[in-house]
Amino acid sequence: MSTITENISLKEQFLDLYRSSSKEIAVNSAPLMNTHRDKAIIKLEKLGFPSRGGEEYRYADIESVFKQDMEKSFGNQKININIREIFHCDVPDIDTNLFLLVNGMFYNNGQMLKELPGGIIAGSLSQAAKDYPGLVEKHYDRYAGSSKDGLVALNTAFAQDGIFIYAPRGVKMEKPVQIVNIMISEAGLMAQHRNLFVAEEDAELNIVVCDHSLSAHRFLTNSVNEVFAGERAQINLTRIQNEHNGSSQITHSFNHQETGSNLATNIISLHGGFIRNNVYVKLNGEHAENHSMGLYLSDKGQYIDNFVFIDHASPNCFSNQLYKGVMDDYASGAFTGRILVRRDAQKTNAYQSNNNILLTDDARMHSRPQLEIYADDVKCSHGSTMGQIDENALFYLRSRGIDHREARLLLMFAYTHEVIQNIKVKALRERIDDLVNKRLRGELSRCNNCAMQCG
Amino acid sequence: MQNEQDQILNEVTTGEYKFGFYTDIEQDSIAKGLNEDVVRMISAKKKEPEFMLEFRLKAYRHWLTMKMPEWAHLKIPEIDYQDHIYYSAPVQRAKLNSLDEVDPELLETFNKLGIPLEEQKHLSGVAVDAVMDSISVKTTFREALAELGIIFCSFSEAVKEHPDLVKQYMGSVVPYTDNYFAALNSAVFSDGSFCFIPKGVRCPMELSTYFRINAANTGQFERTLIVAEDKSYVSYLEGCTAPMRDENQLHAAIVEIVAMESAEVKYATVQNWYPGNKEGKGGIYNFVTKRGICKGDNSKISWTQVETGSAITWKYPSCILKGHNTTGEFYSVAVTNNHQQADTGTKMIHIGKNSRSIIVSKGISAGVSNNSYRGQVKVLRGADNARNFSQCDSLLLGDKCGAHTFPYIESANHSAIIEHEATTSKIGEDQIFYCNQRGISTEDAIGLIINGYTKEVLNKLPMEFAVEAQKLLLISLEGSVG
Repeated sequence: MSTITENISLKEQFLDLYRSSSKEIAVNSAPLMNTHRDKAIIKLEKLGFPSRGGEEYRYADIESVFKQDMEKSFGNQKININIREIFHCDVPDIDTNLFLLVNGMFYNNGQMLKELPGGIIAGSLSQAAKDYPGLVEKHYDRYAGSSKDGLVALNTAFAQDGIFIYAPRGVKMEKPVQIVNIMISEAGLMAQHRNLFVAEEDAELNIVVCDHSLSAHRFLTNSVNEVFAGERAQINLTRIQNEHNGSSQITHSFNHQETGSNLATNIISLHGGFIRNNVYVKLNGEHAENHSMGLYLSDKGQYIDNFVFIDHASPNCFSNQLYKGVMDDYASGAFTGRILVRRDAQKTNAYQSNNNILLTDDARMHSRPQLEIYADDVKCSHGSTMGQIDENALFYLRSRGIDHREARLLLMFAYTHEVIQNIKVKALRERIDDLVNKRLRGELSRCNNCAMQCG
Repeated sequence: MQNEQDQILNEVTTGEYKFGFYTDIEQDSIAKGLNEDVVRMISAKKKEPEFMLEFRLKAYRHWLTMKMPEWAHLKIPEIDYQDHIYYSAPVQRAKLNSLDEVDPELLETFNKLGIPLEEQKHLSGVAVDAVMDSISVKTTFREALAELGIIFCSFSEAVKEHPDLVKQYMGSVVPYTDNYFAALNSAVFSDGSFCFIPKGVRCPMELSTYFRINAANTGQFERTLIVAEDKSYVSYLEGCTAPMRDENQLHAAIVEIVAMESAEVKYATVQNWYPGNKEGKGGIYNFVTKRGICKGDNSKISWTQVETGSAITWKYPSCILKGHNTTGEFYSVAVTNNHQQADTGTKMIHIGKNSRSIIVSKGISAGVSNNSYRGQVKVLRGADNARNFSQCDSLLLGDKCGAHTFPYIESANHSAIIEHEATTSKIGEDQIFYCNQRGISTEDAIGLIINGYTKEVLNKLPMEFAVEAQKLLLISLEGSVG
């Protein structure tokens, strides 16, 4: 009984917070985003916070994450440090259009929206909602709106800003857009931002999202991404999560794909105290193709939870999931992958794989690869393994004069590379290889070039 | 050819339930409803010792605090627990001395079912305990088994004759607090089978229980307890049928198995409760908790099930691998047709070192049915070198049914190796074409492919049962195909 009453009180807390600060939230956002808030708060009231009793969040203790003492501010924050001075991207060779989100708000350097070559629009979501209401309205909350997750409703009610990227018909993005989420403050802080990425017919988007924390306080982010891939559009999304161990991160990504589109997501979780990534994919048109991949490297008391839901709503679609992880020390983790093949989605081809290596007896891993199939002419398969490094392979390397530690690292590196090799941006791929290599060697506790001493 | 195939698949749905007869024999039933008095009445009717009544009442009180589980991928209509009869027994005239004294109608029933109840059929070498509605009717071969020290009798007899054994093991594998239906069963269970194999004894014949729900509106709640002492071996079979009725009947059973050091227990089920008619009316709700514990080192428990009946099946035969070097096995064929729903699978809990388990699950869905595999493999911290391999295949016949797989894999040991594989597909047109090419008609081809698909599991069944199971598959799926 006690958990239920606590849940209610957590919900009540946020309902109260909304009542008391809805004005402030609205003033610092856009009217278009504001129109969704009341509906979302009613939804939150109905759904409540997810609890471990439910199947979706069976292993993730959301309550205790939200119960941490954290500031929630909705006004214009004063950040006294010049972020650009202390933050240097750790991927030196990568030539990107850089956008910063600081504590969930667009980091303003005078220009809220930029027009990139080919008519691509990128910048603050709330600004875009004011300048291009037609564009934003067509997609905003269209894909996340039907979610049954209380945390998504929470985000819709509170999110004030985020990044908006729009590629018009037939436009291919030359330079990838890099979005850096930075959490920095002088006390614990909660932030909820909202991103919207739209690629119209035949357009192409390359987006890199990096999550960082720049001060050693408790942070919680609850973010929502909505991604729309129009007919034959191509989107490559890479996310690198590298926050300190005192931070908690919950991300929701709603990926909507039309006929013939191709969307690839890679989530590389290097560091973070509590990470939960929800990826929802809806294959809404025939011949759409989706690749959802993830790599997680956890140690100490970290918790990493990946949840992937692929909805095959149309026939002749293809989906592929690959999630791999290494759990060290007393880290724990979970993977849930669900493939839903609807009644008419014949000729579906869906594949799912989750592999885990446990390095110690204190590490824990839970894996739930699920299939829910209502069409008969389909090819669906999944595989899940938990184990350790192949002793034979290790012996092979050692018999060739490679010492035990190096041989182990070599094999683990090869194991992780299977995910990394799918990253399309070459400079980024090489850099991540390098980061992962360092991470496996235990040399990476923070990004090398960053001046902040966090985590 | 497509048409022909469709036609055959249509015929699949015309397979009729062959055990739907009802036997008109005098029943001693209590009134509908469930309350503490009913629990007391059941206990009194069975002349149980005090400890049993206490166990029942504790379970009943706990049940009242519980809620019906909702996590299964099933649409369960609300069940009115007050609308069922919790005790119904064929009226027994005094104590029976030989088979001749058994109600002839009852014998007729068992003959129809093809159960070798009569002693002259002992060539088939199966010792049978038949449970009709709530009461164990007849146990055969008792004396022959007793010579070896094996106890095989109805649960109520065991309560009276071997109360210490019952007290020691009842509820030790499935406590009454385990789940909603286990609590319900613990409160109102009527009868069942009890089996005890002493140290070093290899049971010379297959033991078998046959369950039948006969009376209307009756719930059947039986309880089976098998204890295998050190280095013993037993193979146990269970079969179930029920008459065709329009209303839904409730079946909530518990099976507990205890395997001590180096013991081996094989438990096979052919479940063929009435599945309801083609419109989904009637049928049995089958909510069963089956669990075995490999308590001693080197012990082994093997579950084999063929699930073809019931409107709703909710069943997860599990193994707790507590001893070192223990083995758990689960082989399952689950068939759903028309409006049937099944959510079935297993749990393998690895506690001991070098424990190993294998799961082979074959689901077949037809009509508008839904068939789910739900299984958990859990490796605890101390289970060094634990090993699991799971394979779950689903076959879809028709485009209106569903096949689902929900595995839960949890590991807390770095030396454990767990593998899970699943595939979902339909019978390939190329496979049928290949058969046609060689002069095999489409109907035979489908039968052939289904047989081949389930062979891996059916092979694990004892001979007599394998034949029956194969026939059952033909009845429930292939209709006139076979």
